[in-house]
Amino acid sequence: MAIVQLKDICKQFDGGEANAVDHFDLTTRDGEFVVLVGPSGCGKTTTMRMIAGLEEISKGELWIGDRNVDGIPAKDRDIAMVFQSYALYPHMSVRENMAFSLKLKKRPKAEITKAVNDAAEILGIQNLLDRKPKALSGGQRQRVALGRAIVRQPQVFLMDEPLSNLDAKMRVEMRAEIVKLHRKLGVTTFYVTHDQVEAMTMGQRIVVMRDGYIQQIDAPNALYERPVNMFVAGFIGTPSMNFLKARVDDASQRLIGEGFSIAMEKAHETALANHLGREVWAGVRPEHLDLVTDANAGTTDNQLTGTVEVIEPLGAVTIVQVRVGEHIVTAELDSHTSLAMGDPAALTCDSHKLHLFDAASEKTLLETSDSGKRTTGDAKTTTA
Amino acid sequence: MAHPNKQRSKQAAARLRSAALIGPAAVYLFIWMIVPLAMTVYYSFRRYNLIEPYIKGNAGFSNYANIITDPNFIAGIINTLILVVSCLVLTVMIGLAFAIVYNNDHVVGKNLLRTFAASPFFIMPVVTGLLWKNLMLNPSFGLLAALQRALGISPIAFLSKVPLASVIGIISWQWTPFAMLVLLASLSAIPEDIKEAAYLDGAGAWQTFRYIVLPQLGRSLYAVIMLETIFFLVIFGQIYVATSGGPGNASTNLPYYIYLQAFSSYDIGAASAGAVFAIILANIVAIFLVRMISANIREDS
Ligand SMILES: Nc1ncnc2c1ncn2[C@@H]1O[C@H](COP(=O)(O)OP(=O)(O)OP(=O)(O)O)[C@@H](O)[C@H]1O
Ligand SMILES: [Mg+2]
Repeated sequence: MAIVQLKDICKQFDGGEANAVDHFDLTTRDGEFVVLVGPSGCGKTTTMRMIAGLEEISKGELWIGDRNVDGIPAKDRDIAMVFQSYALYPHMSVRENMAFSLKLKKRPKAEITKAVNDAAEILGIQNLLDRKPKALSGGQRQRVALGRAIVRQPQVFLMDEPLSNLDAKMRVEMRAEIVKLHRKLGVTTFYVTHDQVEAMTMGQRIVVMRDGYIQQIDAPNALYERPVNMFVAGFIGTPSMNFLKARVDDASQRLIGEGFSIAMEKAHETALANHLGREVWAGVRPEHLDLVTDANAGTTDNQLTGTVEVIEPLGAVTIVQVRVGEHIVTAELDSHTSLAMGDPAALTCDSHKLHLFDAASEKTLLETSDSGKRTTGDAKTTTA
Repeated sequence: MAHPNKQRSKQAAARLRSAALIGPAAVYLFIWMIVPLAMTVYYSFRRYNLIEPYIKGNAGFSNYANIITDPNFIAGIINTLILVVSCLVLTVMIGLAFAIVYNNDHVVGKNLLRTFAASPFFIMPVVTGLLWKNLMLNPSFGLLAALQRALGISPIAFLSKVPLASVIGIISWQWTPFAMLVLLASLSAIPEDIKEAAYLDGAGAWQTFRYIVLPQLGRSLYAVIMLETIFFLVIFGQIYVATSGGPGNASTNLPYYIYLQAFSSYDIGAASAGAVFAIILANIVAIFLVRMISANIREDS
C-alpha cells in the first residue's frame, strides 16, 4: 500500500501537437480508490500507462510511496495492472497465468500455490484453475485478470476499463465485487472508466478529465453537487444537466429567459453581483424539475413553460423533454404523469439546486468545495 | 424413429453426395500419385538399362542390393540428412531472428528492409545456384573471394573445399526468408498488451520471449519445419548447378544420386530402387512430423 503522487505530469507523444496529458497533479491517500473518468481520448489510459511505466513521462514527477519512480522500470514499481482486454496469456492455464509473476520472482513452490489458491478463493474461481483462458466467459476472464493482479500483492492497482467488455448485469456485479475486493485488500487503486455511473458508485475520489486536462478532483457527491464547470456538470449525472442561457435581471432579482423566470437565492446574489444585467448559464438537473400542477401552483414562482416534445416512460420515472424557448429541457417526472406529446407544460425547480456558470468561461459562479480546486494539497496529510 | 427407411435412404444419399464430392480429388490423386508410385516400385524390380534396353527381365532384389552396397548411395542418404537438419536449424534460427527485428516498431525503414530480406525466396533454384557459384563463391572473381583478399586471406575455393557446407549455405540463404515471413506474420499477431502484461509481471526481454512469445509461435514453427523438411528432402537444382554433387560424392544428396543413376548410368532399375528408398525416408520423416504437430495442436485446443 502506498501513497501515489503525480506531480504536474505531462505527456506529449512524438508527432502529437497538444499534450495528451497536461499538468496532471494528484496525490492519493493511502489505500484510496481513485477513479479517472472522462470522454474518449481525454488521456485516461495514457495517465495509467505512465503510472505503470509503460509510457515515459514527458514532464513532471511520479512518486510511489517514498520513491521517485522516474527511470525505475515497470517491473520494479510494484504495481499490477488489469487491462481492458484482460491480456491473459492464452497458452497458460488460469493457474499458470496467476502464478507467472511469482514464478519469475523465483518464489518457493509452496508459497506460489498458496498465493494462487488464496486469490482464487477470494474471487471464487477455484474450479477454473486448470482451464485455459479460451474456455472462460468474459466475466470469468475478468476475475482471472484480477486474480493475476492480486497474487502479487502490489502497492498499487491500475485498472483500465476492466468492465467495459461485460454485459450490463455482469458489470454491476463485478463493480460491487471490485469495491469489496478493494475494501478487503486496502490497496491504492486507480480505476479508469468512461462510465460516470461506474465512477460515482466506485470512486472515493473521482478525477474528471477532458482533453488531457483535469477538470475537477472530488468525492462523488461533491462532484454532483458542486461541479466546477459546465463540462463536469454535464458529464456527471444522467440524464445530463439542462443548461439555460439566462439574463440576470437587476430590478426583479430574477434569472430570465424566453419561457422561464427563476427567482435568485441569497447565495446567488453575491455570485451574480458582477453579472447584473448580463447573461449567464443556469444549470438545473432533470431530477430537480417538477411539473406544475393545480396542487403546487401557488407554492412556487419559478416557472419554465413550453411544449412537450418527447416522453420516455422508464417505469419508475418518466423522462420528458420540453421545449422552453430555444432550449430543450429534460425533466425526470413521476411515472404517472398524464402528459402527452404536444401538450403545453409548466415546470418548476428548486432555486437552491440551481447551478450558475459564466457565459464565456463556462466556469461555475458558485462556491466550490476546497478539494474541488485543481490543487489537492490537503490530501497529502490525510491518511485513510 | 417413425420412418427408419426414409432415414436410411437419407443417409445413403448423403454418403453418395460426399463420394461424388471426394471422387474427383481421389481420381486425380490416383492418376498423379499412385500410378507413378506403382510404376516406380515395378521398375525397381526390373532389369532396365537405357543403354541395353533389350536386356529385360525380373531383377528380384538385385537393384536394391546393388545400391545398398553402393558407397555413393550411403553418402547420399547421410548428406541428405545433414542437409535437411542443418538447413532447418539455420533457416528457423536466422529467420526467427530477422522476424523479431522486423517486428520491432523502432527499426527504421523496416518495410523496405523486409522486402529485401524476403527476395532470395523468389529466385529460382537454378538461378540461385548460378548466382552463388559465379558471383559469390568463385575463388578468383567472387564477392567472398574479394572480401577475403581485402582481409588479407587467400581466397578459399568454397565449392570444392567445403561443398556440402556451401550447399547448405546456399539453400539456407534461399529459404530463410520463408521462415522469416511465416514467423513474422505470427509474431505480429501476438497482441501487444500480453507482452506488456508480462513486462509488468516482471518478465525481462528474454523471459517474455521464452515464456510468452515462443509458445505462441508453436504452430507456425511446426508449419515452417514441416514444409521446409519436405522441400529440403528434394533439393536438386542448386546442387546440380553449383557442385554437380561433387567433388566425388561430397555434396550428393538422395535426389541427385537418383538423377545420376537414371541419367548418367541410365540404370532405371537402380534409380527406381533409390526412389523407393527416398519415398520411405520421406514417409518416416512425415509420420514423425505429423505426430509431433498433431500432438502440439491437440495440446493447444
Ligand atoms: N501511442 C500514441 N501516439 C500518439 N498519440 C497517442 C498515443 N496513444 C494515445 N494517443 C493520443 O493521446 C490522447 C489520449 O489517449 P488515451 O488513450 O489516453 O485516451 P483515453 O482517455 O484512454 O480514451 P478511451 O476512453 O477511448 O480509452 C488521444 O488523443 C490519443 O489520440
Ligand atoms: Mg483508454
